Amino acid sequence: MTSPEQVIRAVLADLPRHRGVVVDSPPGAGKSTLVVRAAAHIAATGEPLMIVAQTNEQVDDLVTRICERHPDLTVGRLSAGGYVPPLRLLELHGVTVGTRVQDLGDPDIVIATADKWAWISGRTWPWAIVDEAYQMRSDKLLRIAGLFERALFVGDPGQLDPFSIVDGDRWSGLSWDPLQSAVSVLLRHNPELPVHRLPVSWRLPASAAPVVSRAFYPFTGFRAGTEPHERRLELSTGGMGTVHDRALEEAARSGWALLELPNRHTVRTDGEAVRAVALLASRLLQRGAVASSEQGERPVTAERIAVGAAHRDQVAAIRNAGVPPEITVDTANRLQGREYDVTIVLHPLSGRRDATAFHLESGRLCVLASRHRHACVVVARAGIAELLDAHPSAEPVQLGVPVKFPDGWEANQAVLDHLADHRV
Amino acid sequence: MSLLTSLARLRALEEGIAQPIATVRHCHLAERPMVLIPLRMSGEAAAPLAALLGTRRDDPRLLVVTQPRNRDLRFAWAADLAAELLPYIGSFLAGTETVERKNSDPYERVLDAPQILVPNQAGIAFIRLLGRSTRFRRAHGPYPVPPTVPLLGRWLTYFGERATHPGSSLMTAVTEELGRHWASGQSGLEDANLAALTAWITTGPSDDAEDPLVWPPAGPATDPGFDAEVLAPAIEAGAAERITEALRGQLEPTWRLMWQAVDLLRELPEGASVEQRWEQDRGSFSAMAQHIAEGAPPQARRDGAVAAASRLARMERAQAAYEVQRAYDDPLVMAEYRLTGEAFAGEVVETEPEHSEGEGRSRKLRPLVVVKTDDPVRLAPGTALGTPQRRAQGAQLVEARDGLVTVKITKGMGRGKTPAPGSVPEVGERVCYTSLTDDFQGSPALPEAEATPWTHGGPPREYAPSDEDALEEWS
Repeated sequence: MTSPEQVIRAVLADLPRHRGVVVDSPPGAGKSTLVVRAAAHIAATGEPLMIVAQTNEQVDDLVTRICERHPDLTVGRLSAGGYVPPLRLLELHGVTVGTRVQDLGDPDIVIATADKWAWISGRTWPWAIVDEAYQMRSDKLLRIAGLFERALFVGDPGQLDPFSIVDGDRWSGLSWDPLQSAVSVLLRHNPELPVHRLPVSWRLPASAAPVVSRAFYPFTGFRAGTEPHERRLELSTGGMGTVHDRALEEAARSGWALLELPNRHTVRTDGEAVRAVALLASRLLQRGAVASSEQGERPVTAERIAVGAAHRDQVAAIRNAGVPPEITVDTANRLQGREYDVTIVLHPLSGRRDATAFHLESGRLCVLASRHRHACVVVARAGIAELLDAHPSAEPVQLGVPVKFPDGWEANQAVLDHLADHRV
Repeated sequence: MSLLTSLARLRALEEGIAQPIATVRHCHLAERPMVLIPLRMSGEAAAPLAALLGTRRDDPRLLVVTQPRNRDLRFAWAADLAAELLPYIGSFLAGTETVERKNSDPYERVLDAPQILVPNQAGIAFIRLLGRSTRFRRAHGPYPVPPTVPLLGRWLTYFGERATHPGSSLMTAVTEELGRHWASGQSGLEDANLAALTAWITTGPSDDAEDPLVWPPAGPATDPGFDAEVLAPAIEAGAAERITEALRGQLEPTWRLMWQAVDLLRELPEGASVEQRWEQDRGSFSAMAQHIAEGAPPQARRDGAVAAASRLARMERAQAAYEVQRAYDDPLVMAEYRLTGEAFAGEVVETEPEHSEGEGRSRKLRPLVVVKTDDPVRLAPGTALGTPQRRAQGAQLVEARDGLVTVKITKGMGRGKTPAPGSVPEVGERVCYTSLTDDFQGSPALPEAEATPWTHGGPPREYAPSDEDALEEWS
C-alpha cells in the first residue's frame, strides 16, 4: 500500500515533467495539505504561482492555511468589488487584498476564485494550482486556461458534478462539453497526463471509510487513516429512550444510524421528517456529546454539527423547525469540502414518489455521507429500497460520453444496505 | 413539477377541464405567424414527406414528396419550401431601426421578425435535421441542388437553434406554449399531443383525440395505419394525385388545431416583458440576416469549445432572465415563489418614508416599509429584494417575524431628503417583494476560437466548404 507521503512526493516530482498533473482526493484525504505543500514547493523555485479555487470561503481558507504554514511567503488575494475580507485574513502577515493584480504588489502567490480569474488578462503565470477542479465547469477553465503554462489539478471525483439551469444535451459527447468538469475535459484532450490518488482519508472514521469507499469509489478505493478505537463519541447525559435518543446512541456506538419514519409519499418539506431532523440536532447538543480522537478530546459544540439536505426549501424548513442557530444547516452543494464531527442528513429520496436523476446523483449522497469525523445520522422514510427498484437508471445513453462510475442507483443501494444494520 | 402546477393538474382532472396556470401570455404572438406542419416518412430520420404551411388560415399551401426515397425529389421539395419560407423571412428585412449601444457600434435591427409555429417539439427537432441535411449542399459540384436549398438550410438551422434559447418566440412549438399557460389532467407526455391538449383546454378530454381517423397525428411522425393502408399502396402505384390528397386529409385537421391554438393564446393579454424578449429576438434575427448577407459560411456541424461555452453563457443568462420576468409579469407564477418562501405578498401596515442611515454627508435615505403577510418567508435578513409593483426599486429585507416583514428601500426613491412621490408604498397598499432579481451581470470574455487553450484541444481546424460535403452519408 502506498502511503500519502509517497503520493505527495510523486506528485511534486511529476510537476516539472508534465504540462498538467491531476490528483484525485477522496473526502478528507488531505487535499488542502497537498495544495499548501505544492504551493510552497513551487514558490521555493522562485517562479510566480496562481491558485484557483471555486468559492470565496475556499480561497480564504487556503490563504489562511498557506500563511500559517509558510509565514515567509507573500500572498495576494484577488477579489471582486463587493467582497469583504474576514478579519482573520486581515490579521495575517504577508497577505494583500485587492481587486486588481496591479494592486497586489508582486506576491509569490496570487489566489482568487475561478470567477474572478476569468476577468484577469494581460499576464501569464508559469504555474497554477486548480483546487476543487471536479466542481469546476469546463467552460470556466476555458476562460482562465490562457493565464497559466502548467497546472496541478486537485479535486474529489466523487462529489457533485457541476450543473447548469439549461439543457446541455446538444454538447453531450463533445470532448469539450462545457457542462463537464474541468478535469474530464482536460483528460479527454490530454490523456497522457498523470493522475495520482491520495489513498487515505483522515476525516472519515474507520466505521465510514470502507462504506463510502465501496459505494462511491468502487475502483479507486481508499482507507481510513485512523483505527476504530481511536475515534470515540460519547453522550455525557442519559437518554429518555425516545427513538431520537436511541438513534443518537446507535450513532455514537457504531458511527451510523438510520432513523426510519413510516413509509409515505410526502411533499419535499415533509413536516415529520423535518421535525425529526431538527429534534435530533437539538438533542445531540442537549446530551453533551464528547468526541475523542487522535486530536484529543473535545465537546461536540454546535459549530461541530451539520445538518444536510438536498433542496434549499428543505434547508429553510429545517431551520424554521428550531435548530439551534449555531448549527450549520445547508444543501449538499454548499456542504462540499466542509468537515464536522457529527452530521444529520435528510435522505434525498425520503418520501419521494420518483427517483429523478437529480436525486439519484451519487455525488449528492456522497457529500452528505462523508462530512463527518465521528458519526452520521440519516433520517428517511421507509420504502427507499422499493423506490429504487421501481426506478432503475433510465437516462438515455449518449454517444461519445464516457461511462461514469459509480452509478447513482448502485451507490444508493450500497449505502442503504449498510444503514439497514443501524436502523432505529 | 411545482406544487401549484401539480394542484392545477389535479383540479383539471377533477373538473374535467384544463386549469389556467398563467394570467398573461408569456410568449410573443406575431400578427402574421407562419404555421408550418412538417411530416416525415416513417422509418427515416429526415426524409420529408409533406408540409402544410402558410400565414393565413384560409390559404394553406401543401408541399408533397411523392416518392420520399428519391433524393432529387426531396431537394426539389426543399426548393419548394424555400420558395414559400424565404420570401416570408425576407419580407421582414426591409424595415429597420438603428440601435445605439454602449461601448460598441450602433447596429440595424428589424422592426418586426418572422415567427414560425410548429405543432410540437418533435417538429422543431425535424426542422433542425432538415436544416442540417440542406445547409452544406451546394448548387455546383457533385449532387447539385437548387441555390435556395442551402440558404433555406441555414435559416432552418437558425430557427431550430433559436428555439432552444430560453424565452425566444422566433420558432415555438404550440403544445409547449399551451402547456405553459394551461395545466391539463393528463401527463406531460400526453400534452405533446396537440389534439388532446386543445380538447382539454376547450371542451374537456375526449377519446377522439387519440383516434387517428378523427385527429391524425400532428407530425412529424405519421399514423402507422395510414402508412400501411393508404400511403404505401399509393406510393407503390405511383399515383401522385392520390398521395397528395391523402396527405392533405392527414394534415388539415392539425391545420385547424394550430389556428385554434393561436386563437387561444391570442385571447390572453401579453405579459409586460414579452416585448423586451421579442426585441432580443429581433436583434438576433437581424444579426443572422447580416451574417448571410456578408457571405459567412453555414453554421458549423458542431459547436467548437469556445462557441459552446459562449452559447451556454447566453442561454443561462436568458433562462435566468426568463424565469424572473415571468414571475414579475404574472402573479400566478409569482405564487410559486411565494409558496417556496422566495417571495411574499401582503398589505403595507406601517411606513417610515423618511428613515435614513449614516450621518452628515454620508447620510442616505432608506425608507422603511412593514408588510403584513401570511406567506412563509424564508429569506435571511440582508437579502436583496425587488418588487413587481415598482420595477426600478431595490430593497433589502431587514427583519421577518410573526408575519410582519420589515423592508428597507435602497434604490429607486429619488435623491432628495424625502422620497419621490409614489416611490414608497402607502399604508394599506398590497405589495409583493421577492429575492428574484434580474440584475444583469456581464460575463467575462472568452478567448478567440483561434486561441483555444491546450486544455480544450487547442485551436480548431477551420472549415472550408468542399465537394466532400455533398458526399455525406444519409440514411
